[in-house]
Amino acid sequence: MAADSTSNSIYNEGSKLTAGRVIIYTLLVLCALYYLAPLYVMLSTSVKTLDEIRSGNLLSLPMSPTGAAWGKAWSSACTGVDCNGLAPFFWNSIKMAVPAVLISTLIGSLNGYVLAHWRFRGSEILFTALMVGCFIPFQVVILPMARLLGMAGMANTTPGLVFVHVVYGIAFTTLFFRNYYVTVPEELVKAARIDGAGFFMTYRKIIFPLSLPIFMVCFIWQFTQIWNDFLFGVVFGGSDAKPVTVALNNLVNTSTGVTEYNVNMAAAIIAALPTLVVYLLAGKYFVRGLTAGAVKG
Amino acid sequence: MSDHTLPYTAAAVGSPSHTPKQQGRIAAIADAWLPRLVLSPTIILSLVFVYGFIAVTAWLSLTNSRMLPNYEISGFNQYVELFALDRWWVAAANLGIFGGLFILFCLAIGLVMAILLDQKIRAEGALRAIYLYPMALSFIVTGAAWKWILNPGLGLEKMMHDWGFANFHFDWLVNSDFSIYTVVIAGVWQSSGFVMALFLAGLRGIDDSIIKAAMVDGASLPTIYRRIVIPALRPVFFSVLLVLAHIAIKSFDLVMALTAGGPGTSSDLPAIFMYQFSFSRGQLGLGAASAMMMLATVLAVLVPMMYLETKGARNGR
Repeated sequence: MAADSTSNSIYNEGSKLTAGRVIIYTLLVLCALYYLAPLYVMLSTSVKTLDEIRSGNLLSLPMSPTGAAWGKAWSSACTGVDCNGLAPFFWNSIKMAVPAVLISTLIGSLNGYVLAHWRFRGSEILFTALMVGCFIPFQVVILPMARLLGMAGMANTTPGLVFVHVVYGIAFTTLFFRNYYVTVPEELVKAARIDGAGFFMTYRKIIFPLSLPIFMVCFIWQFTQIWNDFLFGVVFGGSDAKPVTVALNNLVNTSTGVTEYNVNMAAAIIAALPTLVVYLLAGKYFVRGLTAGAVKG
Repeated sequence: MSDHTLPYTAAAVGSPSHTPKQQGRIAAIADAWLPRLVLSPTIILSLVFVYGFIAVTAWLSLTNSRMLPNYEISGFNQYVELFALDRWWVAAANLGIFGGLFILFCLAIGLVMAILLDQKIRAEGALRAIYLYPMALSFIVTGAAWKWILNPGLGLEKMMHDWGFANFHFDWLVNSDFSIYTVVIAGVWQSSGFVMALFLAGLRGIDDSIIKAAMVDGASLPTIYRRIVIPALRPVFFSVLLVLAHIAIKSFDLVMALTAGGPGTSSDLPAIFMYQFSFSRGQLGLGAASAMMMLATVLAVLVPMMYLETKGARNGR
């Protein structure tokens, strides 16, 4: 009996269509439908008219798709008091996310390089202490931060938000780079140092050229985090630097007048589009970022 | 940062080509201090903005600050007041309900999907991508989408009526007894795919030879999973629990978009409580106290788990 089963792996052979495999595939497809349904509902609702929304239901196909709700969501929907659509806030988010991602990633790269290859006495303790920044609930630092930004004249400005995101993003980027750079063979770095390359020379010639994958992971992780952030945006964004997530929330939770579900859904997709595009284009790095972020320390 | 380091760079770069002894010494000194110099801004930032700010919040929680911070310590009044507030206990209980169910369902769905996907599935890549994409979305987007789907009267309810289930009734979103459960629904949808990805990575990391050996011994597939595979996933369980607990405790955006804490305060969470008391109600001291309680909750979860994990790893060797 043992001899018979040795040829099988733990898994059934992929080609055999047994009852078990039919069940497995059915379950997997049902799961896929569960995850896709809200996306379908968002998309189809966003191209329906309000009348069609009332007469049809969640899953009914849009009969005469129209982009009107999208136009309104982008340029004329009311998010709280102002009625310029999501566009200004979308640009706010871009102006905030791009510098914040770049700065926090660069700092993280240098930090990771030091912590992986230029250890000094106490650097492990510093690393652990730094990692606490990944775990604290941000509510515990918000009040002093609001005060400080106010005093520095950076409250309710995009530079203020960039600053906050950089400060609380460094812990993650440092972690990513450090964990990646420890896998770079120490001999490589040692050889460069014996050849007389100093700290930055070694970074530029040895470490940096090997870093593309981890830079991608970090860019994507940070971009997703910062773009999707709501707490910092709502507390420090004021009325001028509000990111798109805050505007979307205001739009969806506006209680005056008729709720325009088609506009809400179009707005939700607009707010989600940048990270969705990143996910579609660089899903591999996205997953690596998620898993690297999950296995902390 | 780069201002300080530039001259050192020049020295380090200049030294290898023409190397009198002196320059070599400068380079050596530079190499000893540059790493610390590069790291120092980060260390200072995290000292001030993480540890310093936690201390300031702790301080604020011991004062009578209302609209404006007041730095005169007045004891534990704010904590006494906090614990006397029904609304705080509603928020805390909601965190228990939401956190417990969110973690449970994410774990169960994620693990089952990972095991199913691990059976040499044809379109594995596509399926994995579908399961995972919600993780790319903001909780605000997720909240907005589910707010529409769960809308009583127009959303799911109307669809079921259209399909002939005339008695179908689903008003959890506006029912104060059930509103917190709608947060669970949306949260699980958003995060369970991510749990699947972690478990799948864990499954792929298990040594095949152990499993083959068990098969040779005649163990059935369910037994192999129960006795070998799932115990081997222990470290993954730890990571997943840690991440999910963390998401649950700081959960703010999802509730804001989905129910805004309502109806009434029925889907309040500590993060919402903190925000509203600090920024809408001008009760800084009370907000600070609630923030400290959130930190305490994170630590209460984190510290024992870190301890168990390191201990477990040591015993495993």
